[in-house]
Parts: sequence; C-alpha cells; structure tokens
Amino acid sequence: MDYNFNFAAVWRDFDLLLVGLWLGFVLAVISIAIGCLIGLLVAFGMLSKNKAIRWTSASYVSAIRNTPILVLILFTYFALPQLGIRLGKIESFIATLSIYSGAYLTEVFRAGLVSLPTGLREAGLSIGLTEFRTKLYLTIPVMFRNVLPSLSNNFISLFKDTSLAAAIAVPELTFYARKINVESFRVIETWMVVSMLYVAACYIIAAVLRQVETRLAIPR
Amino acid sequence: MSSPILEIQNLHKRFGKFEVLKGINLTMQQGDVISLIGSSGSGKTTLLRCVNFLEDYEVGLVAVAGEQIGYVEKNGKRTRLSEKKIARQRAMTGMAFQHFNLFPHMTAIRNVMLGLIKTRGMSKDEARSVAEKWLERVGMLDRRDHFPGQLSGGQQQRVAIARAIAMNPQLMLFDEVTSALDPELVNEVLEVILDLAKDGMTMLLVTHEMQFAHDVSNKVIFMHDGKIGEEGPPKQLFKKPKSDRLATFLKNSKF
Amino acid sequence: MDILQALDAVWAARWPILEGIQHTLFISILSIIMGTILGVGVGLILTYGNRWIRFLVRLYSDFLRGTPVFVLILACFYILSVVGIQLTAYQAGIFALTLFCSSHVGEIVRGALQAIPAGQTEAAKSIGLTFRKMFVSVLFPQALRQILPTWVNTATEIVKASTLLSIIGVVELLLSVQQVISRTFLSLELYFFAGFVFFLINFAIEKVGRLVERKIAIPT
Repeated sequence: MDYNFNFAAVWRDFDLLLVGLWLGFVLAVISIAIGCLIGLLVAFGMLSKNKAIRWTSASYVSAIRNTPILVLILFTYFALPQLGIRLGKIESFIATLSIYSGAYLTEVFRAGLVSLPTGLREAGLSIGLTEFRTKLYLTIPVMFRNVLPSLSNNFISLFKDTSLAAAIAVPELTFYARKINVESFRVIETWMVVSMLYVAACYIIAAVLRQVETRLAIPR
Repeated sequence: MSSPILEIQNLHKRFGKFEVLKGINLTMQQGDVISLIGSSGSGKTTLLRCVNFLEDYEVGLVAVAGEQIGYVEKNGKRTRLSEKKIARQRAMTGMAFQHFNLFPHMTAIRNVMLGLIKTRGMSKDEARSVAEKWLERVGMLDRRDHFPGQLSGGQQQRVAIARAIAMNPQLMLFDEVTSALDPELVNEVLEVILDLAKDGMTMLLVTHEMQFAHDVSNKVIFMHDGKIGEEGPPKQLFKKPKSDRLATFLKNSKF
Repeated sequence: MDILQALDAVWAARWPILEGIQHTLFISILSIIMGTILGVGVGLILTYGNRWIRFLVRLYSDFLRGTPVFVLILACFYILSVVGIQLTAYQAGIFALTLFCSSHVGEIVRGALQAIPAGQTEAAKSIGLTFRKMFVSVLFPQALRQILPTWVNTATEIVKASTLLSIIGVVELLLSVQQVISRTFLSLELYFFAGFVFFLINFAIEKVGRLVERKIAIPT
C-alpha cells in the first residue's frame, strides 16, 4: 500500500471542525436539558394511578425507543411542515433529540423513583409537606443524584447522536468532515482526525462528568 | 377538661380483604405516654400510621386535638380533606420511624430545618436556632453538619426524633424506633425518649422493648388480632396479665 | 394528510419496499451475529487477557465506542476503498455495524463476567475444576442471564443504526421508502410508515428477548 499522508487540508479547516464539535456539544446540552424535563414528567406519568396516563406514557417511551433516530430526524424536518409545523434545521434537530432523549431518560428516572425507599416520602409527609413539596424537595433531588451515572452515559450517547444532524445539513462536526472529505479527497486523514476528535471529546466529557458525579454524590 | 389530645373511636382498617384493625377505641390526654405492644401483625404500627394519616381508614374516627384527621363529616357523608389540609394536620403530630427515614441528601441540621421552613413558615435563621436547640437536646449538635450516611443508626434516630419534635407537635408517634438498631445503640435513643417523656410530651409508642415500655408509660395496650386485647397501667399489665395470650406474649418477649 | 393515497403509494411500491425490509433484516442479522462472535472474544480478552493484549483491545473498544456509529460508517465506506479494499457500500456498512456491535457486546460480556461474585470462582476451584470447565459450566451460564437483556438492547440499536446506511446509498428500508417519497411527496405518511415498520421489528425483538429471558431465568 502506497499512501502519502497529507493532513494539510484537514489542518486548514481544523477551526471549522472545532466549531462543529462545539455546536454538537451545545445541541446535546440543550436537548438533554429539555429531555430531562420530559423524562421527569413522563416518569411520573408511568407511575400514575390513572391507567390512561400510564398507557400514554409507556407508549411514548416504547414508540420512540424502537424507532431509528434518523427516521425521527427526517420526519420532524421534512414531514412535519406538511402539518404546518415549520422548524428551522437546528430547532427541528433539538426538538427531535429532546423527545428522543426524553424517552430514554423516562426509563432512567422511573427506575430511580421506584428504587427510592418508601420511607423518604412518608418522612416528608409526616413533617407536614404536601405531596408536591415532598417530590420537589425530597424524592426528585435524591433520585436525581442516584441516577447521575446513567444520566452521564445518556449524555455521552446523545452527544454522539448529534453527528446525525449532518443528515439535515446542520453544520456540526460530521457535516464539516463530509465537506472536507469531498473537497480535498484526503479521506483517511479527514476521518481519522474526526473520529479522534469525537473520541477525545467523549473522553473529556466522561472525565468531567465523573468529577461532577463525585461532587454531587450524597456523602456517606 | 379540654378536649383530649388524641381520640380514636371504633377505628377499622383493611388492606384488601384483610382487616387489620377491628374497632379500636383509645383516648389520650395531655402528657399521656402510651405504649402499644403485641406480636407482629397485630395492627400496632397500622394504628399508629392512621393517626397521622399515612394510612387512610374506612370506618371510625381519629381526632387530634378535637379535629378529625383526613376526613370531613357532613350529614353522615364523609369526604377526604384536601391535600393541603391533610398536610397541615400531619404537622400536628410528629413521627419517628423504624428506619429513621432521614433525608439522605441533607445534613442533620437541614433535616430538622426543612419542615420548620416549609411547613411552619419560619425564616432560615429562626429555623436554624430552633433546630440547634433540639439537636443539642438529643446530643447531636456536634454532628449538625454531618450527612445521615455519615452517622451511626442511633445517631440518625436521634436526629430523626429532633426533626419530628422541633415541629412542636401536640403528639409524638414512635414506630419501633429501636428495632433496626444494633443492641449497643438502643439505649442512647431510649434515653432521649425518656427525657422527652419527663418533660411532659404526649407520646404514643410502638415498641418491643418491654422494660422500656414498663418504665416510660403510664398506660400499656396489648394488641391482638386487630383489637385491644388488654390495657392498663404497666405494673398491672406486666405483673398480672389477665389473659393467657398476654402471659404467653410476655414470656416470649423475655420480660 | 391522505392516508388512502399513502397506502396506495406503499402498495404500488410494495416490491421495492419489501426488498428494503429484507435488506434491513439481512444487514442487521449479519452484523449482530458477526459482531456478537467478535464481541464475545473482546469481552473474554478484556476479562482474562494478559496485560498487553488487554490494553490493545481496550483501545479498540474505547475507540469504537467513542466514535458515533454514523462517523464509523462513513469512515469505513470512504477509507476502505482508498486503502485498496474494494467493498461495496453494502459490505462496508455491514463491516462498520459489526465493529460497532462487537465493542458493545464486548463491554456487556466483560461487565457480566466481572459481576459474578469471586466466591463462585473459589467454589469452582475448590471442587477441582480447570479454568475451561469452570468457565463453561459455572461462569458462562451465570453471565449469560445477565448478558441477555442488554444484548437484546444492542440488537435493537443495530437495527436502528442500519438506517444510517441509507446515507451511503444502501437501499435498505429507509432509502427504499425515501425513493417512494421522492416520487409521491407523501413525506408525512411515508416517514411515519417507515418508522412504524422499524418499531414493529424492534418491538418483536424486545418481546422475544423478554420471553427468552423469562425462560432461562434462575428460579428464586
């Protein structure tokens, strides 16, 4: 095999790659924030006494988790305008990713809520807190800190999923990579650098999140 | 005489088909200390939990300081009170649990302060000074900034008692507060309760510590099969049980 | 939204769509099988391998799991042809999915093996089992029950990820439906249809997984 490595084309546009990487990170942060709200709401829905609410919540989770995210992305961007819901590329992608992560986080939160000791809620009620305040001050904060490791994993896989924004031409890392690939034909170099960027980013994010986890962990 | 602190009339409670409480009558005056004893499954804990409405009940009346707990009676029809009212009623009683149930994500002092701020509407400073006072009373002031996971079982239970009593309840409920503790930690908790009793606190306890029940209470109730089997002053009940059942129970409890 | 028109369009294109479904299934099944075989090897090395080979395999696994599967597919598609390995998009896609699957299965296997209490190994040694016998009759059967639920998840992940091959031109289910959309402009109905078919496939995998899980569960 005779191949002369030449990274010049990739270095020339390296700033673009970094801009793209940053955009992917921001998209993931916004989406997981919205996804957390959705997930929390639906998790309580899944534990509701009302059968219809339980069924609706479970259907949402099952439908989203079993559908490829690419189909969801294309559906939101290309098909929803037919219903009059017209979103920009980035808004549309954030909406999709939020709804997608919401389904996964629902499962995380539901499991977290179920595994809490019942005494936590009862102790809150016994000092005269309402059900809502018991959730707000006790069950949700404790559950949230218990599920932090799963939350971190979800965030990292969400960050990797932002590469799919390239499918609707959102200018993130993979989008620029394909552009450089096509313009320069430095195929190996481009994809090597891009995967290394993703791997490094995931590695750093994971390390930071582990720090956050230990910081926020309930002392014992 | 003013209305009793606790009044229970003809209380029935069932879990599905299983009737746990089969008509309980009980009255407590200010300063009364009553211990509930009996084998597991006799309904002691359920009775206690009906008093602060952690369990609802089908038939009968539970009233704290003259106020019916959980329901309002109108023309013979009863309706459940609103969430908010029930919460306010629960704050009239304090409860200490078998498994302490401290809030694991809050320090000892925060545990005590939460109810004071959110339920009693105190300012942070006010709540802190009340919390400090009670932590000192249970001998836990030096651990005020520790998290529950950093405390021993006995210490956790003392904080939990401080959390309940700082709310200035009319009646304290103790649900087997020493059952989950290592034997060497039991006494530090019992001493705290004894100290509160001497202070005139009205208390209803579920306990397996017969000696303690004997020492602390002015009345002991032996529960059997969802009913009050026998009741009376501790001396009479422990020394001269009327029924064979109580005699057997006491023998098995190594009293 | 015109459902009848959409059903009509699907019916008219039933053969290409069926062919797309067939390709989706074939790609997924092949990748899952090959990825699982490779992944079990990865897992065994990560658990029992000597230091150096373990280090290399750890790099392999971390690299693959840190790279978005979409980037992996693009990289395989572009790079392999440049270095002289002539693969069609179809083959390159299967290759990428196999790698992706192997790293995930590897971690699952490693996790399951390491979760077996040390007492099991000690007990097996104390009755005189060799490592091989111990692995076959004590460790693996226990690990299998832990592996299965997560492995089923991975299988559905692969089915979902197979949609990404549409972007490098493999006419699997999604692309075959997109081709119908480009003729009929019924994007809303047809993307929904595509999502629904994927949902059915994954839902079926999940149900079968549950069934097997229950069958092999250790009675308690």
